[in-house]
Amino acid sequence: MCDQTFVAITFGPCDSCSQNKPLMNIYLQNEPVNYCSLCVELMACQGLAKGETVSTLRAESENLKAKLEEERAKLHDVELHQVAEKVETLGQFVIKTRRTLKGHGNKVLCMDWCRDKRRMVSSSQVIMRSAAVCVLQEHAVTMPCTWVMACAYAPSGCVIACGGLDNKCSVYPLSLDKNENLAAKKKSVAMHTNYLSACSFTNSDMQLLTSSGDGTCALWDVESGQLLQSFHGHSADVLSLDLAPSETGNTFVSGGCDKKANVWDMRSGQNIQSFETHESDINSVKYYPSGDAFATGSDDATCRLYDLRADREVAIYSKESIIFGASSVDFSLSGRLLFAGYNDYNINVWDVLKGTRVAILFGHENRVSTVRVSPDGTAFCSGSWDNTLDFNPV
Amino acid sequence: MTIKFIRDHGQHYRPRMACLAKVEAMVLEMQDSKSGVKSSEQKLNITSIPHVVTGQDILAWIANHMKVDAQEAQTIGTMLVAYGFIYPLQDHKKLILKPDVSLYRFQTPYFWPVQKWKADNTDYAIYLAKRNIRKKGTLDVYEQEYYKNLHKWLNHKWDFIVMQAKEQYRAGKERNKADRVVFDCQERAYWIVHRPPPRTHSAMDYGVDRLIDPNAEENKTFDYYRRIIIFTQQAIMRSKVKSTVSLGAILKHMTTYKDHDPFLAPCLPSNPWQTDDSSYWDLNMRNVEIPTKMRVERWSFSFFELLNDPRGRTDFKVFLKKEFSGENLAFWEAAEEMKWGTASSISEKAQTIFKTFLAPGAPRWINIDGRTMGLTVKGLEHPHRYVLDAAQTHIFMLMKKDTFYRYLKSPVYKDIQKKALSPAPHNFTPSQLEQNAQNRKPGINPIIIWQQEEEERAKAAAAAGPIDIKKLMASKLDRK
Repeated sequence: MCDQTFVAITFGPCDSCSQNKPLMNIYLQNEPVNYCSLCVELMACQGLAKGETVSTLRAESENLKAKLEEERAKLHDVELHQVAEKVETLGQFVIKTRRTLKGHGNKVLCMDWCRDKRRMVSSSQVIMRSAAVCVLQEHAVTMPCTWVMACAYAPSGCVIACGGLDNKCSVYPLSLDKNENLAAKKKSVAMHTNYLSACSFTNSDMQLLTSSGDGTCALWDVESGQLLQSFHGHSADVLSLDLAPSETGNTFVSGGCDKKANVWDMRSGQNIQSFETHESDINSVKYYPSGDAFATGSDDATCRLYDLRADREVAIYSKESIIFGASSVDFSLSGRLLFAGYNDYNINVWDVLKGTRVAILFGHENRVSTVRVSPDGTAFCSGSWDNTLDFNPV
Repeated sequence: MTIKFIRDHGQHYRPRMACLAKVEAMVLEMQDSKSGVKSSEQKLNITSIPHVVTGQDILAWIANHMKVDAQEAQTIGTMLVAYGFIYPLQDHKKLILKPDVSLYRFQTPYFWPVQKWKADNTDYAIYLAKRNIRKKGTLDVYEQEYYKNLHKWLNHKWDFIVMQAKEQYRAGKERNKADRVVFDCQERAYWIVHRPPPRTHSAMDYGVDRLIDPNAEENKTFDYYRRIIIFTQQAIMRSKVKSTVSLGAILKHMTTYKDHDPFLAPCLPSNPWQTDDSSYWDLNMRNVEIPTKMRVERWSFSFFELLNDPRGRTDFKVFLKKEFSGENLAFWEAAEEMKWGTASSISEKAQTIFKTFLAPGAPRWINIDGRTMGLTVKGLEHPHRYVLDAAQTHIFMLMKKDTFYRYLKSPVYKDIQKKALSPAPHNFTPSQLEQNAQNRKPGINPIIIWQQEEEERAKAAAAAGPIDIKKLMASKLDRK
C-alpha cells in the first residue's frame, strides 16, 4: 500500500515567491497553498501582527493541538489487542547464538547487512566488512575519529558509508582485492555541524540520507557531495532514521532526543507527521515491513508502535521489570516479531500483535548497541559494547 | 588512560537517564525495614559494618518483587551495581552482582548518580590526594596515571586541592572508626563507578555527549508557536484512516507473510545459520534460472514484491513482451533511475526519456492521460529530479491495478509456478553438521555480481536503442 505523498505537488512555482523550488503543502486560513521552505520560514518568523501576542499564539496552537487529537479520536474505533484476539499465540521461542564475531577491539557501535544476506559491515573505531557466514574478516579500515556511530552498506554491495564524531559521512568503494587500502579511496559526502548519528543509502548508491546531533537530517548526492534537501524540525539531537519500504519510496522517519518521531517527505523537506508520546529520548526507529507503521525504542524502557495511516500510537511494549532504555529495534520479516536490544545487556523479543514478550536473550556482557535482522529474515545480528557481534537464528 | 584532544563540537550534556527515577524508587523499597532486603551487621577486617546484605538475598527480593526469574533478576541486580546504587564490599572493582553470599551495601543517596551533575575532576583529584596523604603508595596503577594527569591539568588549582584533601582527612579522623570505614567504602565505591578501573564496566559509560541540554526547556518565542500552528494545521487536514482499516491491514500483512518468516516457519531446505549449509541462499540467488515455490508465491502478494525481486521482474518482463506492452515498465525503470541517480545526470536522462517515451511519435510511447502528459512535458523544460513523478505514479498504478492481475492469471506465471522448486528439508546428522561447519564459504562477492549485471544492462540498452537503418543496410550489402 503506497503512502499518500504521491498525490502531493512537491515541486513547482511557490505561491508566494513564484520561484521553482521544492514545495511544502500547508494551509493558510484553511486554504491549501504550496510554499517553498524559505517562504514558510519567513512566514513563521515575521514580527507579531496587530493584536497578536505570544500568549494568543500559544492559545491558538493549544487549540489546534486539541483539534488534532479530536480528529484522531474520531477514527479510533478499535485497539490493537482487540484485532489481535482472533490471532493464535506464538509458541515458545528458543533462539541460540550461532556465530560470534570477536574481531573488534572496541565497543561495536553500529552494523548493517549487505543485500546478499551474508555479508555485513560493522563499526567501532575501526570499520570492518565481514563475510558473516564463516566469520571471515575481509576488510578493516581504521577511522580517524574515535566513535564511528553510523555505517551503511549500499544496495549494490560495492560501497559502504560511515561517519561519527568527525561530523562527516564518508563513502568507501569496496574492492575485490583484500590488501587494498580502502582509506585511500575515501570520499567525504555529508558535512554536518555536529556528530553523525545515523546514515542510510536510499534505493541506489547515489544518494545518502544522514541524521546528526545538530538536530537536522539531510539528503546528499554522493557523486558531487551536494546537499539535495535538509530536514529541520527536531529541537534536539536526532539519533536515528529509517527509510520507508513503500513502492513510492518518498518518506522516512527520524527519532531524536526531543522525544519526537517525525515523518518527512524526502522531496520537499516537509515534516508531514509527528508523534510525541515517548517520555524520554528515542534511540531507534524502524519501519514495519509494509511501510504502514513504525516502531521506536526509547530511553524510557518502552518500545512503541505507531500507525501512520490512522496517525496515532497503537501499542506500547513494556514490562515493569524492564527498567533500562532500549537502544535498537528491528522487525522480523513478517513483522510479527520485534527484536529490541537494551542497555541492561539483554535482547527482548516482543509479539507485535499481542504486546507480550516471547523471548529474552542474555548473551552480552555490556550494552546492546545495535540489533538488525538480515534482509531475508533468517537471522538477526546483535552488536554490543562488549566488543562482539552475535548472530542468532531461530 | 590516554588523553585525546578531541575538537570541541559543543557537545557537553549527558544523555537523559530516565531509568534513574525508577531505580531510585526500587532501591528505597529495598531498604525498607519491613518489606525490604534482610540486612545484618558484618565484620570486615576489625570493624563491624551495619546494614550489609548478601547477593543472593538481593536477587531473591528482586525476583519476588518484580515477578521475574533468576536470570532476569541477575540482570537487574547487576545494573544496580553498575549504576552505583549498591556496592560490593569484597572484590570492589568488579561491578556485578554475585548470586551467592558476597556482601553488598546500599549506597548513600549523597553518592547516587544524577544526570545533571558529572563527577568532577577536581573532586576526584581531592579524593586521590586524600588517599595519598593517608598512606603513600596505596593508589593503583590506573589511579596513579589519573593522578599524574590531573596534576598536569589542574596545576593552577593544586594548592587548593591539597588544602581541601588535608581538611577532609583531618575531618575524617575526628569521626569514630566505624563511621569512617563506612564513609571510606562509600566514597571508594562512588569513584569506582565514575572513574572505572580498566576492564570494569560501569553504567556511567554512556557514550557520546549530546549537543542540546536535555534539561533545558525549549525557548518558546512567537516563531516556535507559529511553526506548531503551521504544522498542526496541515496535520489536521491530512486524510486519515479508521483504525479498523489500518490495523486490519497490518494484521493482513502478518498473516500473509507468516509462512515466509524464517522465525515463524522453518525455511526450506534449512536455515543456513543453523546447519551451515548455504543451499537456501544458492537457491534464492538474484538471477537463478528456476526460483523456489515460496519465492514465486511471494510475487503474488503485491506488485511491489514482484518488482523488488530481480527474478520476479525478469519474469514479468517476459509476460509484458508477450503482450507487447513492455514500454510501461521500461518507462518506470528509467524514471526510477533518474530519481535515484546522480544530480549531474538528470538533464541528460530527462532528454533520453522524453525522446524515447513521451515525445509524440516516440518509439516506445506510453499512454497516459492528457493532463499528466501536459504537466510532465512542461516540467521537462526545466528538468528536476521529481519531474516524472506524476507520470511515473500514473503508470505504476496502471500496472498495479491491471497488468499485475493479468500477469498472475497468465500462462507465463502459471508456467513458472509449475516449474518452481520445492526443496526437501535437510536432515543432517551431527557429523555432517560438523563437516558443513568446516566447509563454510563466504559466497560470491557482490561486487562481481554487480559487474555482471552492469554488463547485461549495457547489452540490453544497446539492443533496445533505435536501429540505424543505414548501418543495417550497409552490413547486408557487405554480406552480399
